[in-house]
Amino acid sequence: MTREELFLAVGAGLAVLGAARLLLTRDLLTRVLALNVASGGVLMILVALALRGGGPDGPDPVLHALVLTGIVITVSVTGFAIGLVRRIEGDLTEGGRR
Amino acid sequence: MNLTDLPGLNYVPVLLLMTSLVPGVLIFFLRDEQVRLRTVLNVSGAVAKVGLVVVLVPPIVAGRSLEWRSPFLPGIDLVLRVEQLSLLFLGLSALLWLATTVYAIGYLEGSPGRSRFFGFFSLCVTATVGIALAGNLVTFVIFYEFLTLATFPLVAHRGTPQAIAGARTYLVYTLSGGIVLLAGVAWLTHLVGPVEFTAGGAQQLAHLATTEPRLAQAVFVLLIAGLAVKAALIPVHGWLPRAMVAPAPVSALLHAVAVVKAGVFGIVRVVHHTYGVEVADTLGVLLPLAVLAAATIIFGSTLALFQDDLKRRLAYSTVSQVSYVTLGIAVVGVVSTTGGIVHLVHQGLMKITLFFCAGLFAETLGLHKVSELRGVGRRMPVTAAAFTVGALGMIGLPPVAGFVSKWQLGLGGIEAGHPWIVAVLLTSSLLNAAYFLPIVYRLWFLDPGESPPWEGVRTTARRLEAPPSLLLPAVAAALFALLAGLLAEMPYSPLEVARKIAERSYLGL
Amino acid sequence: MNDTLGALVLLPLGGAVLAALLPRHGPWVGIVTAAATLALALTTAAAVYRSGPRHLELAGWGAPLGIDLRADGLSAAMLALTAVVGVATTVYATGSDAASGRPLFWPLWLALWSGLNAVYVSGDLFNTYVALELVGLSAVALVALGGRDAYPPALRYLFVAVLGSLAYLLGVALVYAEAGTLDIVEAGERLDGATTAVTALTATALAVMALGLALKTALFPLHAWLPQAHAAAPSAVSAILSALVVKASLFVLVRVWFVVFGGAATPGAAQLLGILGTVAVVWGAVLALRQPRLKPIVAYSTVAQVGYLFLLFPLATPGLGEAAGTTAAQAAYAGWTGALGLALAHGLAKAAMFMAAGTLALAHGSDRLTDLRGAATRMPMSTLTFGLAGASLAGLPPTFGFVGKWQLLQASLISGQWWWLPVLLVGGLLTAAYTVRVLGATVNPPDAELAPLAPVPRRMEWAALSMAALAVMLGVSSSGLLGLLGVGAPVGGGP
Repeated sequence: MTREELFLAVGAGLAVLGAARLLLTRDLLTRVLALNVASGGVLMILVALALRGGGPDGPDPVLHALVLTGIVITVSVTGFAIGLVRRIEGDLTEGGRR
Repeated sequence: MNLTDLPGLNYVPVLLLMTSLVPGVLIFFLRDEQVRLRTVLNVSGAVAKVGLVVVLVPPIVAGRSLEWRSPFLPGIDLVLRVEQLSLLFLGLSALLWLATTVYAIGYLEGSPGRSRFFGFFSLCVTATVGIALAGNLVTFVIFYEFLTLATFPLVAHRGTPQAIAGARTYLVYTLSGGIVLLAGVAWLTHLVGPVEFTAGGAQQLAHLATTEPRLAQAVFVLLIAGLAVKAALIPVHGWLPRAMVAPAPVSALLHAVAVVKAGVFGIVRVVHHTYGVEVADTLGVLLPLAVLAAATIIFGSTLALFQDDLKRRLAYSTVSQVSYVTLGIAVVGVVSTTGGIVHLVHQGLMKITLFFCAGLFAETLGLHKVSELRGVGRRMPVTAAAFTVGALGMIGLPPVAGFVSKWQLGLGGIEAGHPWIVAVLLTSSLLNAAYFLPIVYRLWFLDPGESPPWEGVRTTARRLEAPPSLLLPAVAAALFALLAGLLAEMPYSPLEVARKIAERSYLGL
Repeated sequence: MNDTLGALVLLPLGGAVLAALLPRHGPWVGIVTAAATLALALTTAAAVYRSGPRHLELAGWGAPLGIDLRADGLSAAMLALTAVVGVATTVYATGSDAASGRPLFWPLWLALWSGLNAVYVSGDLFNTYVALELVGLSAVALVALGGRDAYPPALRYLFVAVLGSLAYLLGVALVYAEAGTLDIVEAGERLDGATTAVTALTATALAVMALGLALKTALFPLHAWLPQAHAAAPSAVSAILSALVVKASLFVLVRVWFVVFGGAATPGAAQLLGILGTVAVVWGAVLALRQPRLKPIVAYSTVAQVGYLFLLFPLATPGLGEAAGTTAAQAAYAGWTGALGLALAHGLAKAAMFMAAGTLALAHGSDRLTDLRGAATRMPMSTLTFGLAGASLAGLPPTFGFVGKWQLLQASLISGQWWWLPVLLVGGLLTAAYTVRVLGATVNPPDAELAPLAPVPRRMEWAALSMAALAVMLGVSSSGLLGLLGVGAPVGGGP
């Protein structure tokens, strides 16, 4: 198995695992984490593809640019999601205290 | 003067639509209390339409036509055309719209939601005019469905659970019919391209009938099945008696002009102006249609016998009477076709008279049932006389218009070699007599007794008759029904126009 | 003239920034931005209609690093729809805080608008991804403006949106690996030219992209998130989401399916999408009929209507690459204009319906059907709006919805795919059924005692009615719009 194939397989595995966990669990924080795992998997596939498509000067720069943008988006999504989770669960505990 | 020479004249069909569309839309934005403005809008629109039609009569009957078209779907135009058949239906709806508007203004005085009522009422007439003017199948479908939408709020107008249930039944029936019709039109358009209504039938259909007779038959069945719902042919007549929950002017309009007539008018268009009677005859689809119509005639009349509620009795009578038109259309021959087409007008005049009168009995004296009408002739002689004219016409007694239609139909049946039609007509007339004469007898010859059913009913005034705005349209309609029969052989009478239409249909034969 | 494409993205984005900086003047910023964007969008649409598709390379770098803008007839039509609905919802949102959801609405909505426009003019796959994420994030934030009850559906919507985008991104990478370009048109040409047999990679790419985008468009059975999110959002937001946002992912799917994967998109896969659409039509309508509240009814109606739009795939796919004038090309063209015309009609009608639902709920203090008694007499405009919008959704003539339905009927007949006919015909009846159910709940007997109404600004009712009226009136003069949809279309054999 070449390096690219390994990355591809691991990336695909992570993406599937993350997506499955996201759909199957009810706990909100776990879902946010699962989403991160899934997106990590997808970005890893992109890295693998960049390796595969690279020339003598190194991996394909376009796909790397995509990965960077993808990471930025994932971070902002995660921040937003955690904010929402806090609001939902904060409401619940507040209600519980009363 | 040649009509087509004048620039802008081709916008006349659009103008005919606008005379009811514009007042209708404006009325929606009025408050209920703005009675005067609303009345002015309504009546001026109705009068303008009648005026336009009157001006159009001589040139159109002489054989000219006006056409307006605009691109609608890829390859298909929206076509509005005034020719003889559309003029006939147009004249009927314009005249009866005017009468019903006057009647409805009086009838609904002071009740809530009048702006909504009159708004949809005008839209309903717009749709009917559109159906009359439609120059091709797609345009016809558009206005046919528009009519469904515009009448639905009228049936539901009272807002009671029964009204909503009746309106819902009405909508289920008519929308289902609408999609069947749409399927037929879409299929036909796919097979032969857009079909323009042509006297004697469209060329494309003649071609289709020779190359693919099975397909032509199947499309015919779809088209007629879709139209049969509004035409109240059995077994899809069920909505009509249930839509009786509507206020009286709506029932009058639904039953005499707009809805049922839209259905049979469509059947005329399909048989005579799409397929052509000759082509339809070779396809063998006319006889089943005639038999279905005959069955509906007998069925409707029989059920009418058992209704004590006056409006329901009239409704079943409509089921029966409207099928006379279909019967006349489905029998090959100029005389029979004339009879069918002219009954379109005659039945409208007579039936609206009856509904107006039924509304008056209900409004003035609170009487809804046949059994309560004992001696009403003494209390409301003018209304009772108008009702009598309508009833005698329905039975087919001369000189009322109904006699003329039935005579033509019977003659046409014999001419076409279908003597059983005469038997159907006789049976139906006997049944008509059996359910109308007892009412007439009760009205005039029975004593109301010591305490008539209307005693204690609060009336707005202590005067003898109904208020004039309600009475006048009823009397006028009765008079028209009488005149249409008496003057049937005069130029421009409905019979003369119907005969011209029928003759043009057979020109190819 | 080309500059309008860039401005269409930058103008609302600038508006969003301004609205964020001047929270008190949000409504004014919104109205001015909306008016200017409408003018730009209509100019662009007119230009595309007159002189064909536009193509613009920003900064002259070209793909893959620069930003490549393209607008064909479909883009132009979607831009115009977004602008028209956008102006109406903007006016509507100025009417009430409850309907918009406080000052944050303005920056979020204008950012969303910018994202939508970016989706429609983007010429490459990756920029489309970024634009989709901008749309998704701002849409989720807008749902969250609905308050406490809206947070859980908003979070669920976020998961779905991001998951869908990830699948799409994966597809983008696979396409790039195969074709070596991100430009939509070039990628299509290379994939089409390079392979007579479809490679496993291409097939996978198409599958994951279709899956992700179908999820974002809420195609059955991936629809469960939509009714919750659309019903929980403030009314103006619901209108935007149902009328516009679901169209963005559908637009991308259409682009990807017909332009990028023209060679790989098999009729079999297209039939599958059509069948799922059919199930959605029935399932959405059945659930709409069972909802006790108005906004969920309208939201389930969106699930059903989205189903119709997927009939595009089975009807237009067989005509890909066929020469003009052939039967297959004719059918595909009718299907293309029909389904996408229906998408435009749905945008207008659904915006009208959600706005009307919003005013009714606002005035009655509840959107339970049982609380709406008397609306027909006391709020006739909103009731009429709802009815007109329902008629267009049901495809009844003379509405614009009818035009779309007619084109789809013709496409089914011409291509011999008669099995879609009952779907189209009966689906309309189901739509009419839930519309009538709502209308039936608004009437009242004359003597009924009714609770007093909360006041609703007139302009909110007018905004809603204008959309419904447009959905009806466009039906009578639709040839221009259908022609616009055909400009640069990948099917029909045109240039």
